[in-house]
Amino acid sequence: MELLDQKTGSFSDRHGNDPKMNAYTRRKNRWDVSMRGIFVTSAVLVSVVIFSLIVFVGIQGLQVFKTVSPFVFFFSPNWDPEHQQFGALPFILGTFVTTFLSLVFSLPFALGGAIFSAKIAPRWMREILRPAMDLFVGIPSVVYGLLGMTVLVPFFGLHYGNGGYGYLAASLVLAVMILPTILTVSEDAIRTLPRSLEEASLALGATRWQTIYKVLMPAAMPGIITGIILGTGRAIGETMAMVMVIGQASKIPSSLVESASSLTSEIVKEIGFAQPGTFYNALYMMAFLLLIISLILIVIIRVMARRSNRG
Amino acid sequence: MAKTNASAVVKRSRFYDRIATVLLWGIACFLVGLLITLLVYIFKQGLPHISWHFLTSKPSETEAGGGIAPQIFNSFYVLFLSLVFSLPIGLGAGIWLAEYAKPGKLTDLVRISTESLASVPSIVFGLFGMLLFVQMAKFSFSIISGSLALALLNLPILIRVTEESLRQVPRSYHEASLALGATKWQTIRKVILLTALPNLITGVMLVAGRALGESAILVLTAGLSTSRHLPDFNVLSAGETLSVHLYYVLSSATVSDAKQIAQGSAAVLVVIVLVFNLLIGIPTRLLQKRLTGGQS
Repeated sequence: MELLDQKTGSFSDRHGNDPKMNAYTRRKNRWDVSMRGIFVTSAVLVSVVIFSLIVFVGIQGLQVFKTVSPFVFFFSPNWDPEHQQFGALPFILGTFVTTFLSLVFSLPFALGGAIFSAKIAPRWMREILRPAMDLFVGIPSVVYGLLGMTVLVPFFGLHYGNGGYGYLAASLVLAVMILPTILTVSEDAIRTLPRSLEEASLALGATRWQTIYKVLMPAAMPGIITGIILGTGRAIGETMAMVMVIGQASKIPSSLVESASSLTSEIVKEIGFAQPGTFYNALYMMAFLLLIISLILIVIIRVMARRSNRG
Repeated sequence: MAKTNASAVVKRSRFYDRIATVLLWGIACFLVGLLITLLVYIFKQGLPHISWHFLTSKPSETEAGGGIAPQIFNSFYVLFLSLVFSLPIGLGAGIWLAEYAKPGKLTDLVRISTESLASVPSIVFGLFGMLLFVQMAKFSFSIISGSLALALLNLPILIRVTEESLRQVPRSYHEASLALGATKWQTIRKVILLTALPNLITGVMLVAGRALGESAILVLTAGLSTSRHLPDFNVLSAGETLSVHLYYVLSSATVSDAKQIAQGSAAVLVVIVLVFNLLIGIPTRLLQKRLTGGQS
């Protein structure tokens, strides 16, 4: 180890330049500073990534409006790239309808499961439900797609004709996929409520169900809504399972069991054929739309969180 | 009169209470039953098709009886590379958020970025990767393009996992280490990260499980074909993974046993997911024992 430097008597600054320190300490301090720099850099890099994502996809997508008017893009039901028809309404509608239906199918089970797991389940049952939800999340989306294709689609085909592809099959598959998200987030919201709320209600003579329904659910509502929004985001962005069960027909279907398309499934279906140009840009615009929707959902969650913190 | 009314109300409430309890039990049992049914169905359809030949041979474009060996290799190779790209940044950003960040504009910005990144639909990552890595960087549809795009998906989850695990380390550990004269980095490296290691490993396993199943990103960046060689470590060769293969054989393959291949691949994927989920517990428990000297 080197000797202390005797010339200056200044105290160490955190850059490790103080000659009074020995070489070891100096080296360690220099490490400390550079590691801090590395950490800040990687944190800032995350912002750079999301920023460039928005810019790249946005610039590529917005170019579609050089040749197609926004009104046509958002509201025209005619999609025929070979004849320069770029109305994305069938896909926008497909995404919204399937997302809405999947929420309708999923919510009773997700909320019921959340209440059960948080307040009613005995320990052993909870220890089954948690890993069960992890497995639901863990099953890859192509496997859900395969199940939908080999079980749901033939079933609907048999009962309704038309092959069985369409909104209904897609929403049912989505419902299973978003269920664990809504369930676990809502469960946490209910579980983390202060115990006194529940005790006060029970002490007033309310039954367990009355307590859950009239006290705990309203109190946990911000958390439950967060769960629902996260589930919505997952449904909107889900791609491969959607591609495999929705039927991939670029039109507005006349029923729930007729081949249709959504924003995500249309991108996967067409991107291989698109040459750089309006067609290509239209697909990027659809992706940009998905990106904007998911960013708006995040903003809603943040605003809600801030409000419930204040209140 | 009033008394009978009241008891009627009580009776009705108790009745509803019982109904609700039964209903909620029913929902929970249904969910568990649904999962078991799905798993049993996947295995019943897929396992008969899995054989040594299926797992170790190359796929066939024209005849029945093709295997999935290159796809399995690519799945793990792409996963490994994506972790190589995302782990340093994810860990770094997570450590910064947990240990350094003070409330302020920069912290807010990084937090919003992480949350936004976590909510980005995977297809958008796919298109972004296609634009940036496949076309601009001229990597074409390859293992490297796929890994880089997949790394973007891993990143926000890694950051969250790192931050959460580090925050669970008691404050006193920091204080004890700093009081001994350790620098902040020494404290993080030798005390905090080590204590948080079991949770960190669990988190990385979760990320890995999700990345293995991901397909939308890879369809658009890693491509729909594999290299002729096996194993091919060249990062510029085509990188179709197992999940992508499952989709590909169903949508456009011409082989007659496409459905069996898809079901076999699904069973393999689910087995991998199950193994990852079960494995999660083991390192955690072993490490916990070693780090705490057998206590707790």
